[in-house]
Formats: sequence, structure tokens, C-alpha cells
Amino acid sequence: MTAIPRWADVILVPLLSLLLAFLLSGLVVLWIGENPLTALFIIVKGSVGSPYGWGYTLYYTTNFVFTGLAVAVAFHAKMFNIGGEGQATLGGLGAALVCLAVEWPHWLLAFPAAVIAAALFGAAWAAVPAYLQARRGSHIVITTIMFNFIAFALLVYLLVHVMKPPGQMAPESRPFPPGAHLPTAHEMLAWIGIPFSKSPPLNVSFLLALVACVLVWLLIWRTRLGYEIRAFGHSETAAVYAGISPVRIIMLSMLISGGLAGLMAVNTVAGEAERLLIDSVQGAGFVGIAVALMGRSHPIGVLCAAFLFGILYQGGAELEFEMPAVNREMIVVIQALVILFAGALDNMVRLPVERLFAMVRREAS
Amino acid sequence: MATVGPHLHFIKQGARLTPRSKHEGTGRELTMKTPQILTAILATAGFISGAAFAEPALIYDMGGKFDKSFNESAYTGAERFKAATGSGYREIELQSQAQREQAIRRFAEAGNNPVVMTGFAFGSALAKVAPEFPDTKFVIIDMVVDEPNVQSIVFKEHEGSFLVGYLAAETSESDVIGFVGGMDIPLIRRFACGYVQGAKAANPDVQVIQNMTGNEPTAWNDPVKGSELTKAQVAAGADVVYHAAGGTGVGVLQAAADAGILGIGVDANQNHLHPGAVLTSMIKRVDVAVEEAFTQGSNIEPGITVLGLAQDGVGYALDENNQSLISDDMQATIENLREQIIGGDIRVHDYVSDGSCPVS
Repeated sequence: MTAIPRWADVILVPLLSLLLAFLLSGLVVLWIGENPLTALFIIVKGSVGSPYGWGYTLYYTTNFVFTGLAVAVAFHAKMFNIGGEGQATLGGLGAALVCLAVEWPHWLLAFPAAVIAAALFGAAWAAVPAYLQARRGSHIVITTIMFNFIAFALLVYLLVHVMKPPGQMAPESRPFPPGAHLPTAHEMLAWIGIPFSKSPPLNVSFLLALVACVLVWLLIWRTRLGYEIRAFGHSETAAVYAGISPVRIIMLSMLISGGLAGLMAVNTVAGEAERLLIDSVQGAGFVGIAVALMGRSHPIGVLCAAFLFGILYQGGAELEFEMPAVNREMIVVIQALVILFAGALDNMVRLPVERLFAMVRREAS
Repeated sequence: MATVGPHLHFIKQGARLTPRSKHEGTGRELTMKTPQILTAILATAGFISGAAFAEPALIYDMGGKFDKSFNESAYTGAERFKAATGSGYREIELQSQAQREQAIRRFAEAGNNPVVMTGFAFGSALAKVAPEFPDTKFVIIDMVVDEPNVQSIVFKEHEGSFLVGYLAAETSESDVIGFVGGMDIPLIRRFACGYVQGAKAANPDVQVIQNMTGNEPTAWNDPVKGSELTKAQVAAGADVVYHAAGGTGVGVLQAAADAGILGIGVDANQNHLHPGAVLTSMIKRVDVAVEEAFTQGSNIEPGITVLGLAQDGVGYALDENNQSLISDDMQATIENLREQIIGGDIRVHDYVSDGSCPVS
């Protein structure tokens, strides 16, 4: 880590990874007989070329900020939380139950309630794997991913047998009351007189995501708990020697992580669909891992990486609309390549960069 | 040309619905009355002369474009429109459940008109989006959405299922037949209930084994589970198995062919998938519905269209692949039943009307 300067670590390496991913994706696009440059143009134009595109890009960004922060917080304690998917599923359930429970008079009441419920449900879902890790040593990777399946099965059961209105065929809850409608970007910008596209589901949750970034930064670098989490993550034995309780740190970091993952569902469930759907997480739990890796577990990095993935998601959807030869499987391939390079193959780029810097340094000295 | 082209294609396809429709040569009609045909032709002429024309768009449901069944049938209709008119169309396959609203909005924003979507699961998304685009026409298949700019197309699947159920019971030697549904919803129970009624009409002692693949949308695309359920039904003695399970049905028909029994296809004509091992297919003319919607373009009338046997919206498939399986006598019997259902002499109970089935 110390072999290269910080700017290279946080900017150069992710950028090179991204470039490689795009190059390979370009080859894939070329292979199916389309122009990769046109494809790139469609992705960029579709995601940041219009208010409509921006709205959707930032909507997806909101999802990835929450799940990315969730993974990042756990990373600081050396916990690999890959259960964001399940925690967000439960978060959605919590938000939906709250929104459906009462006829909300105003969103200013419904929003905090949904936020609290989503965070609590997400945290509760992370609590069991955290407890098993802290007390029993069951590996968190295994337990969190298993809890994803349990969460999905639970949601299907509840939607099909409990929450679905009688006679309705699609497994969805009934729509939320109008009072639980969260203001969209269109409505919020209208308050200050700026016109904005009506279509995108970008809503007040985006602001919550920005607040979450600041809070996570404060937590990790400006509080005693954050210090303990980082100390524990760097060296468990040293942390124990310093009087830090591993059980406490594992539990707290995972609860915060689960809570953040749960918040993601406020955006999709209360912000967009305004009813509980079967697939409201849309894979954001897993994308969060790549976002945290790419963002080097720093809130600013997470925000940037989340924005990149937002572009990729919205641009990918646009690509599917504009280029019929690029079907939904191709979009997944391109998104997967970026995740692969940014996340899994980090060392492939990092090692040559480190060598290059070492060489430059040797020559300089 | 537009009204003739698809028809020729239809004959070439060899998937004639029923002999009667062949005689009359109007197998492709929905409920079109003369003024509507005129509008359709006028609309088509409008396309050709290059007047202000927005391409129609089609959104496939989760089963995917090439599910060999429901969605593929929609694709066939869209392609036929393209071949007949030379105009293009836009399409998209959903990546996730949550993208339904975005897909509908995107096409409406881009000016595509009409926007056609296949599947009941679009219901709530369309109900939300349709009022935002009052100038765009939407068409939804298999679901009723009560908005002033939406045409809802629903089929009387119970009528078509009645006929194939009758055929199944008549063909079965073990007096045990099977049904494999996709997702357990009232729509699929409607298929099952019609099927059982037809079977019991042929043979009151016949036993019908019914299984559903699952409770959630992935049940439309799980051929492995479809195959397992079919094998279990075969083990229980079934020798004809009917599926209404979208992509899952590919596994049902495969397992039936492997076990040496007969399968019954659904939605599209699936007789060709395993020639000689598919007794017939309960055809649901999603293709005609899509083609018709595309052809009428933005002039399409909002409202509810119900397509049954009388409109040739549903039926059974008879072609060279299953000729040897259905005798002339049998065909005559089925035709007779068909006439009786159309004439109202036989009333096939619709499961959806009261949420229950009189027979099981």
C-alpha cells in the first residue's frame, strides 16, 4: 500500500482498471458487430446528457452509495459483509410496513419513519450473522450470503401469502398512501423554481445518501468508535491489547453496515415504486461491494464509484434501448467486466503500477 | 397489403388454428369490425406515405424474448408487422422486475406509440405511468388497466384449455393426465380449471394431477423444475401433460418427450418442439394481438378486448407434427365442442370470475 503515492492509489489505479474494463467491453461490442465508440457515446449521453438521464443516474447512484457505504464500514473492521442484498431486502420490508401502517398525513413524518424502520430492519438482519461471527466464529462471508437467500425467501412468502391484496396476481403489496409519497427531484427543484424532468424517480433519498456519506466519514475518522473499528480492522490482537472488545466492534460495525444497506430500500421502495415489489434491491447489494472496493472504503471514493456505477446502470439501460443488438445479457457482461476489473482484479493493475513507481524512484535516487 | 401479408405468413407457418378458420381465411382477425379494418388500413397507409409516425414499441416480460411461448409469440407478431409494413419497431427485454416503470416511461418519452407490454405483471407500473403520458396509447396483454389511454387485451384461456383438456382425456390410456402451471396466480388457475373441465367432459373418471412451479416470477423461467414436476406426474401415472408455464414449459415438453408420453404446448404453437410427442398446443394469439396493436398504431381504441374461441383468440394447434396423433373423428368432435362453446351451449367456467373451480 505504501509503495505508491496516495493519489496513484485512489485515482490512478481505479482509473486504469476502468480503462481496461472499457477496452475489453469495447471488444465485446465490436465482436457483436456494433461500433464501440457509438456505444460509449450512447452510454455517456444517456446517463448525463439530459435531465432525464441525470435523474435516473443519480437515482441509481443513491442505491449504490448506501450499499457501498455499508460494505465500506464493515471493511474498516475487516468484516466482509456480502449480505447487503438481504439486508436491503429487509430494509425494504421495514419501510413498506411503516408506510402501509398508517395514513401518513405528510411525507415529513413518513420519511423519517421509513428511514428508521429500514435501518432497523437492515441492522436486525445483519445482527444474526454478526453475532455468529463474534461469538461462534462462523465466517461472516458464509453467513451473510446465506442470509441473502433467507431474506429473499421470506419476502416472497410475505408478499405472496400475507401482503398481496386478495385477487391481485402480481406479488406486490398494495400501494402506499398518498401521504407517504416522497418528493421527487422534479417536485423539489420546482420549489426553488428550477424545471426538471418529471419522469426519473430521483427523490429526497439522494440527499439522505449525501448526509450518510458525511456521517460515515465522521464516524470512521472523527469518533472514538470509528477509531476502535479501524484499530480492530488493522490488527485484532493489538486492538484487544488496547482494551477493545472484538465482540462489541464486530456487532456494532455490522449493525451499522446492515442499517446502511437497509436505507438503500427507502430510495427504491418508498421513493420509486411506492409499493413493495419482489425485487426492489435490483442487485445493488452486490454492486456495493465493487463500489466500496473501488472507492477504497472512503465516503468520497464510495460516492464517486457509486456515481460511476450509476452511469453504467443508466447508460446500460439506454444502450439496450438504442442498440437492439446489445441485449440484456450483453449489458450484464459489460457491467460484470467493470466489477471484475475494479474489484477482483485490483492487484493486476496495482502491481505493475507499484513496480513502475519503484523503478522511477530508483532512477531518481 | 398490410391485411393480406400477415395472413399469408400465417398459412406458411403451418399453424392453422382450426379448419374453420382455414376455410374462411380469416384466422387472424381479432374482433375487428369493418370500420376498424378501415382505420387499420388507413393507419397503415399513413405509415407507408411516411406521415408523422412514431414507431411502436414492445416490452417483453421476465420470461425473455425467446421463451418459445408467451413472449416469443409477441415477438412473432411484431416481426410479422415489420415484414408486412416495412416499418420498424422498438423492443426491450426487462433486466429486473423493478425496471418496468423505467421501460414504459422510456418508450413513452421517446415518442413511441403505441407502447405494448406483454404480461399481467406490468399492471401496477402501467397504471402509474399511463396518466403521465395522456397522448400515448398503451396496450397491455393479460391484464386490465382502467385508464383512458390503455387498451387491455385479455384472453379466454379457459375456453382453449377446455378443448385441449378434452383431447388429453380422450387420448390418455391411463386415465391420468397432468397440468404444470408456472406461477401460481388466478390467470394460470384459469388455464387449469378449463383444462380439468374439458377432461371431465370427455371422461368423468379421469384424474388430473396439478402442479404449480412456484409463487414468484422466476417460475416462468425454470425448465429444470418444470421437468422435475413432469417426471413426478409421469411416475404417478400421467400420460398426457399440459403446461401453462412460459419458459418453464420447455422442460415440461422435453421431459414428456423423454418419458415417451405426450405433452401439450401453450401460447405459441409448440408442436414442432418435439414432433409426434406434443399432442397439440393451446394457442393464444398474442402474436395477432401485438401485430394488430402495431398496425392500428396510435389510432388504437382504448378499452378492453376479450378474445375467446369465437374471435379465434384462443384455439388448438393442428399441423403436420401432430396430424398422426389426432384422428379425423377426434377432430370432428373437438370442432363440434368448439361450436358449442361459441354458441353458448357449453359454458366453460372461468376461474377468475369467482376464484374457484367447480371441478378438480
